[in-house]
Amino acid sequence: MTRKSRRLYFVLLGLLGLGAGTALVLTAFQDNIVFFRSPTEIAEGKVQPTQRFRIGGLVEEGSVVKQGENVSFAVTDMKHTVKVTYTGILPDLFREGQGIVAEGQINTAGVFVANEVLAKHDENYMPREVADALKKSGHWQEGEPLPKGITGGIAPVSTAPADQ
Amino acid sequence: MHKFANPTQFMRIANAIYPWAAGLSMILFLIGVPIALVSSPADYQQGETVRILYLHVPAAVMMQMIYYGMAAGSAAYLIWRHPMANLVAKASAPMGAIFTALCLICGMLWGQPMWGTFWVWDARLTSTLIQFFIYLGYIALADAFEDPERGDRAAAILALVGVVNVPIIKFSVNWWNTLHQPASLSLTKSSMTGDMLLPLFLMMGAFGTFYIAVLVLRLRAELLSAKIRNARLSQVAVSEATAAAE
Repeated sequence: MTRKSRRLYFVLLGLLGLGAGTALVLTAFQDNIVFFRSPTEIAEGKVQPTQRFRIGGLVEEGSVVKQGENVSFAVTDMKHTVKVTYTGILPDLFREGQGIVAEGQINTAGVFVANEVLAKHDENYMPREVADALKKSGHWQEGEPLPKGITGGIAPVSTAPADQ
Repeated sequence: MHKFANPTQFMRIANAIYPWAAGLSMILFLIGVPIALVSSPADYQQGETVRILYLHVPAAVMMQMIYYGMAAGSAAYLIWRHPMANLVAKASAPMGAIFTALCLICGMLWGQPMWGTFWVWDARLTSTLIQFFIYLGYIALADAFEDPERGDRAAAILALVGVVNVPIIKFSVNWWNTLHQPASLSLTKSSMTGDMLLPLFLMMGAFGTFYIAVLVLRLRAELLSAKIRNARLSQVAVSEATAAAE
C-alpha cells in the first residue's frame, strides 16, 4: 500500500467515523434539538407539567379572543388542541390557521400561559393576486401545498408538513 | 489531475475563466437586482419583505457549496499533497465566511418582522452559526503556526471535520421541528411561483460567478505573495552567505 492510498483510506475512515459519531450524538439528543412540542406530544405526557417549553401548531379557526392586550386562542395539530393565553404584542403573521410557536408553561387549569408568541412561516411563496385567484377558484387553501402549474414548470412540493 | 498541481498550468485555466465569470456575474447582477428588488411581485403573506430572500437564499447556497469545495480541496491536499487544491480552499474561506455572515444578517432582518424575533436557537439557525465559526476557525488556524505548512495541514483537517455540519444545516428543517421553514426549492420541486423563481435563480447565478471571479483574483494574490516570500527568503540566505564569507 502506497503512502497516498494509506492517507486516502485514513481520511475516508476518519470521515466515516466522524459521520457515524455525529449521527449517534444527534439521535441521542433528538429530544433536546426539537424547537417545540406538538399538542399531541403534550397529550401523550411527553412534557413535564412544571417544565417550561415551546408549543407549536396551527391557531385553531374561530378560537382567537382578544381583550385589549390579552389574547386567548387554541393551538392544534388536527389531533389534539391546547388552550393558550398570552399578554403582549402578536407578530404580524399571527392569525387563525397560521402556524405559531409559543413559549411558556402549562398552569394547573391545563392552559398554556405563553410569554412569547412567534409566527412560523411556511415554504409557500407567491404573489397576492395568485393567492387570491387560487383561493377564489377553490384550487388551494392556506397551509396546503401549492397546486400544479404555477411553480414555473417545476413540480410543486407534494407534502406540506403542517405540524413540523 | 497532477497536471493542475503545477501553479502555472492551473492559473492558465483560471485566468481564462476569469473574464467570463466576472462578465457573467456583472450581467446577472445588473438584470437580477432590479427584478429582485423592484419588479418581482410582493408575497401574499410577507409583502415586500420577501425580497430579502433573493439575498438570503443565494448566500446560504454559497455558504454550503463553498464549504464542500473547501473540504474537497483540503482532502486532495492531505491525501495527494496537491498544493493548488489547498490554495483554493484557503482562498475560499474568507468568502465563505462573508456569505455565511450575509445569510445570517439577512435572515435576522427577515425574522424580526415575520417571526417576531431576530434570533431563536433552533436547529437551522444554530447550525448555521456554527458553520460561521467553523469558517472563522479555519482562517485563524491556517495562520496560527510559525511554519505555514503545519498551519495548512491543521486547517485542512479542521475543514474535513467541519464538513459534517453542512448536511446538518441542510436537513435540520426536515429532521427536527424548527422555527425556520423547510426548503421552498429542491432540484425537482418548488413551492414558489415562476415569477419569484426567476430573480432567485438570477441572483444565485450572480453569486456563484462572483465567487469564481473573486477566487481567481485571490489565487493570483496568494501566488504572488508566495513568490515575494520566497524571494525574500533567498535574499536573506544570500546575504547571510556573503556575511559568513567575509
